Amino acid sequence: MSSTSSDERLRAESAFSRLLKKPELGALAGLILVTVFFAITADSSMFTLAGFMNFMKPAAQLGILAIGASLLMIGGEFDLSIGSMVAFAGLFFGVCVVTWNVPLLLAIPATLIFAAFVGSINGSIVMRSGLPSFIVTLAFLFILRGLSLVGLKWATGGNTQLRGVREAVEGDILAPFFSGNAFPGLFEWLAHIGLIETFRNGAPKVPGIPVEIIWFVAIALIATYVLLRTPVGNWIFAAGGDKTAASNSGVPVAKIKMALFMLTACCAALVAIITVLDAGSTDARRGFQKEFEAIIAAVIGGCLLTGGYGSAIGAFFGSIIFGMVVIGLAYTSFDQDWFQVFLGGMLLIAVLFNNAIRKRVTGER
Amino acid sequence: MTDDTIFHHGDPVAKLAPIVEMKNIEKHFGNIIALAGVSFDVRPGECHCLLGDNGAGKSTFIKIMSGVHKPTKGEILFNGAPMSFNSPRDAMEAGIATVFQDLAMIPLMSVARNFFMGREPTKGSYLTKRLDVDKMNQVVMDEMRGMGINLRAPDQAVGTLSGGERQTVAIARAVYFGAKVLILDEPTSALGVRQTSNVLATIDKVRKQGVGVVFISHNVRHALAVGDRFTVLNRGKTLGTAQRGEISQGELQDLMAGGQELALLEGSLGGTV
Repeated sequence: MSSTSSDERLRAESAFSRLLKKPELGALAGLILVTVFFAITADSSMFTLAGFMNFMKPAAQLGILAIGASLLMIGGEFDLSIGSMVAFAGLFFGVCVVTWNVPLLLAIPATLIFAAFVGSINGSIVMRSGLPSFIVTLAFLFILRGLSLVGLKWATGGNTQLRGVREAVEGDILAPFFSGNAFPGLFEWLAHIGLIETFRNGAPKVPGIPVEIIWFVAIALIATYVLLRTPVGNWIFAAGGDKTAASNSGVPVAKIKMALFMLTACCAALVAIITVLDAGSTDARRGFQKEFEAIIAAVIGGCLLTGGYGSAIGAFFGSIIFGMVVIGLAYTSFDQDWFQVFLGGMLLIAVLFNNAIRKRVTGER
Repeated sequence: MTDDTIFHHGDPVAKLAPIVEMKNIEKHFGNIIALAGVSFDVRPGECHCLLGDNGAGKSTFIKIMSGVHKPTKGEILFNGAPMSFNSPRDAMEAGIATVFQDLAMIPLMSVARNFFMGREPTKGSYLTKRLDVDKMNQVVMDEMRGMGINLRAPDQAVGTLSGGERQTVAIARAVYFGAKVLILDEPTSALGVRQTSNVLATIDKVRKQGVGVVFISHNVRHALAVGDRFTVLNRGKTLGTAQRGEISQGELQDLMAGGQELALLEGSLGGTV
């Protein structure tokens, strides 16, 4: 057979059908739809720079979790304990900083290592017992939430909120990387030359980019690169697609899944660090139900519940959709509580869409 | 039998030294004797068919050959030297590749990603170490074209390929990664007529590259179409090895069934099995 015949068939595949194969297509289409919806119904201030930062901030906080969750889902496992993990890591971080007066340089790595350790407990129970991760991590959803409550009461002498974080980290050199706004100088300069809106006194209305957005974008880019351009990414897809086939081909399936559980827990810990520093306190309800929102964002982003398919950039778009809906409804005349209806509806549409895409990709009929 | 020889374009087997030689292999599982002294060898560039009915011991035998089980008794010679495989990994590294029925392929992943699964080519080092995607795509397109399959694109999902094409991808992968002996476990059992002939054609191509092929089957017609030599297993024993041309379809069929039973059936079925 000549090479020309294969070239003919290459050309036969249109740009459109190539696009349809991308797992993140649904999320991108959804994002465009939601943007159009709010462009029509919402107050025009939603799409100013200040409005943009407003909805990107919750999107980023969820997105960091959702990207971790999406990698784990592609690897064929679930983690329902990430929401509780945010509270538990927040407690650990709060106690480090407030009770033990540990500087951030030590407290942050310690919190991440602690979270990775808890993630590895999840992972090793799932891997050793062969039980579905759904049920094992459901147990941890309650265990970690309960431990957070008990731990907070112990650390504060009966309170469920631990205050004083902001005072404890004041002046710490690492604080600007995990709290507040990045690039304030740039925004002041932009305000000075009149490119962005200012208050009467000349200060910019948007003082900088909230740091979580920077983390969110960076993690999305790194995760996408790892998934699509490294051997480890191939192993993640393989481990989630068919773990027997993968390990027969020499893929270290158990190690990969373990690493993914640890990574997901670290993502939860990062969100905990950022939000605790932001709020200046930690409480037991931190991260409540975030596990479901993260999984919804990952599914909207094209992840299959059965594993082996999906994308990190899809979870990125899914989280932005989420942020826009949560915040955007306040800019419209709709009741804010429509948000939950909207979220459920999006999830349903996304699952149906993903199912159709999977059938198309695998040639199932 | 003459109709079945379309895939046999090779010369008569040259008397090359065997790559793998298995001598008087016995395997006991508790008090069950799965194999009671089986001898078998594969030479470069031949297709040696291992025939046998269900339960004859074919699977046990190939699992010993591919390093999954260790024999209870008997000797395995690899290139003339005694060899003991502790794991499938050992056998793979020595150049014995097995394509099991599940094919070790993931339908949702692309052909290129499946082809290199677990053995991805990389470029760069440390932090910039990344998949060599161009090489992956190029190799997959070339290898598959060499096997007579034109992929639409290297990122085509394996799920969109037919059963025969998947089998061919698995074979091409094993050969690309340096298999000297290729064990195919019932590669045609679940395939339709056209796909079967594609797989048989692939086996012929692989053999011409000097790879020794062990073709396990219970379908005598498929075996006769490509085989150079035929060994029949029955109840854990070999009933001898026959050269191509020395044996007919009917004789092989009888050997597999152990002689009498099939002869009894023959009257009512009119020789159609």
